[in-house]
Amino acid sequence: MSAERKIRVLAAKPGLDGHDRGVKVICAALRDSGMEVIYTGLRQTPEQIVAAAVQEDADVIAMSVLSGAHNYLFPRVMELLKEKGIKDVLVMGGGIIPEEDVPALKAAGIAAIFGPGTDTKDIIGFIKENVRQR
Amino acid sequence: MCDPQKLASLQAAKAKYDEKVEKVLQKMPERKKEFVNTSGIPVQRVYTPLDMEGFDYLKQLGLPGQYPYTRAVQPTAYRGRFWTMRQYAGFGSAEETNERYHFLLKSGQTGLSVAFDLPTQIGYDSDHALAQGEVGKVGVAIDSLWDMERLFQGIPLEQVSTSMTINSPCAVLLAMYLAMAEKQGVPFAKLRGTVQNDILKEYSSRGTYIFPPRPSMRLITDIFAYCTAEVPQWNTISISGYHIREAGSTAVQEVAFTLANGVAYVDAAIKAGLKVDEFGPRLSFFFNSHLDFLEEIAKFRAARRLWAKIMKERFGAQDPRSLMLRFHTQTAGCSLTAQQPLNNIMRVAFQAMAAALGGTQSLHTNSFDEALALPSELAVQVALRTQQVVAYETAVADTVDPLAGSYYLENLTDQVEAKAQEYIDQIDRMGGAVAAIEQGFVQKEIGAAAYRYQQEIEAGTRVVVGLNKFQVKEEEKPKDLLKVDPEVGNRQRARLQELKSTRDNAAVAQALAALKTAAQGTDNLMPPILAAVKTLATLGEICDTLRGVFGEYEAPALI
Repeated sequence: MSAERKIRVLAAKPGLDGHDRGVKVICAALRDSGMEVIYTGLRQTPEQIVAAAVQEDADVIAMSVLSGAHNYLFPRVMELLKEKGIKDVLVMGGGIIPEEDVPALKAAGIAAIFGPGTDTKDIIGFIKENVRQR
Repeated sequence: MCDPQKLASLQAAKAKYDEKVEKVLQKMPERKKEFVNTSGIPVQRVYTPLDMEGFDYLKQLGLPGQYPYTRAVQPTAYRGRFWTMRQYAGFGSAEETNERYHFLLKSGQTGLSVAFDLPTQIGYDSDHALAQGEVGKVGVAIDSLWDMERLFQGIPLEQVSTSMTINSPCAVLLAMYLAMAEKQGVPFAKLRGTVQNDILKEYSSRGTYIFPPRPSMRLITDIFAYCTAEVPQWNTISISGYHIREAGSTAVQEVAFTLANGVAYVDAAIKAGLKVDEFGPRLSFFFNSHLDFLEEIAKFRAARRLWAKIMKERFGAQDPRSLMLRFHTQTAGCSLTAQQPLNNIMRVAFQAMAAALGGTQSLHTNSFDEALALPSELAVQVALRTQQVVAYETAVADTVDPLAGSYYLENLTDQVEAKAQEYIDQIDRMGGAVAAIEQGFVQKEIGAAAYRYQQEIEAGTRVVVGLNKFQVKEEEKPKDLLKVDPEVGNRQRARLQELKSTRDNAAVAQALAALKTAAQGTDNLMPPILAAVKTLATLGEICDTLRGVFGEYEAPALI
């Protein structure tokens, strides 16, 4: 019997924002919880993120934006996933996301938005509960 | 405390005290087994003159305005005048930001600090594909001299000092400021202000880099050389620990990595043929003021002493002004919580007080709503009032460096300095700050400290009031958060079209060609950039010209 496949997470920084403390901390926590984490680094276009998710066969895309560009970038990633016919990847966002922006982002298909002060255990729990089953 | 007899009786008294403590501990243990600060320095139960053995006042502290400047760089410090109250601000278009500047100046702010949006900071015009969704968001969008002129409409440049948080394309924005001053008829010699111009911390902590390290260092030393000759009152760099700390470093790492970057700039400038005392006096610094009140005060003092020693002993600087570490401070954005945001007002107040007790030259106090959005006008006003209260009401500024001589603070200052020096030695052995960053050493150290901090919060060993203790269930979020007008991107793009259809495009092409030639050679790049800016060449066009010659930085894959 082969070992259980690890959950694969693509952590990404879309746009021009350079605040990567949060995303790096989350990468470390997800890895410590047994997931496989690929971090794209800064300044990724939505196209690059979707391409990386396909190439890495990611189960989860976790994006972080603190620059206020989330209303453009997050839905754009969802659009591109749809264009490629990818429906079962769990997409999450985090950063400085005003509460009033959350409903529209969820309607666009972002499964969850995690703001400042989130416990990494909550993120890990959310992923384990909602990730696609293989 | 040199009297051996008194020292002996103190030792005896301390031994008795320790015995008593043992008994007390059996009945009532302390809150924690070990008390340790963010830098990993153990904090003792009590400090006495026994912890200051060998203390040499003149050697370690000196008087205010005297080497090694531990107490202050200036003899009278805040008795002369308070620190400059300078709130970092910028959002949307130049017109909207200009309005905020007039509001701040009317509220008693004494200097301006420009926040540029990310496309501007990374050298893209507002119509660039990568600028989508980012125009006017974290700062003001500046594409050309036109925007810069609108930004400073009605503000007399000879009366304000202006700080600009701009790094990779610093030369271009500085050139726009100079071109605008020329139009206003203000001589360059009267201009006062600061450009951040600190690329090394962009690679390690902040992320707005464009070019690889070598040409970036050339742009920086070109600015040093140009300003030394032409804009003598300008601070040509603000060597920044702020962002290193925000990225998660400890206090010791903040001092160490900042001063190591400083060493790299001084080395580069000397290599470029400048004399240390020509540019040394115009170097300035930028630190964070975090939550551990006394550790922060010790940090500021340690940084001042260490830089003075480095400039004197390592670089042989003679001009006292070259030895003086002058710094701006911002309170710690990363310490603000989205939960119970009004609590942030108190955090900012303590951090502002630490900065004042640490002897900062200027201060930005954060707004309480910044973990939620860009600050609203009310929040900005409270933030500014906070530092005004520290200055005008608490009287901490009435005597210079009032905590000096505290057994704990002096011990801590020594330890922060020593531990920072260890890091600098380690970085030297790696080949200097550029090499240490290229190898990912600095980034890994910061990342590990950030993860530790988060783990402490999640384990509850580090209490964040309102977040992991004293939570409330349903909280009301502050209203009236600032919303950037989504139309700003479209307006900037329309303005760019207008610019390109009305300016003399042949003159622009000629200026950019001259810049390209200069970039391929070794001439100072400030004059051709200034010439290009005056023809209304855009920021993006100028940076693209330089990208064509210098290439772009590729961050090492670290995770």
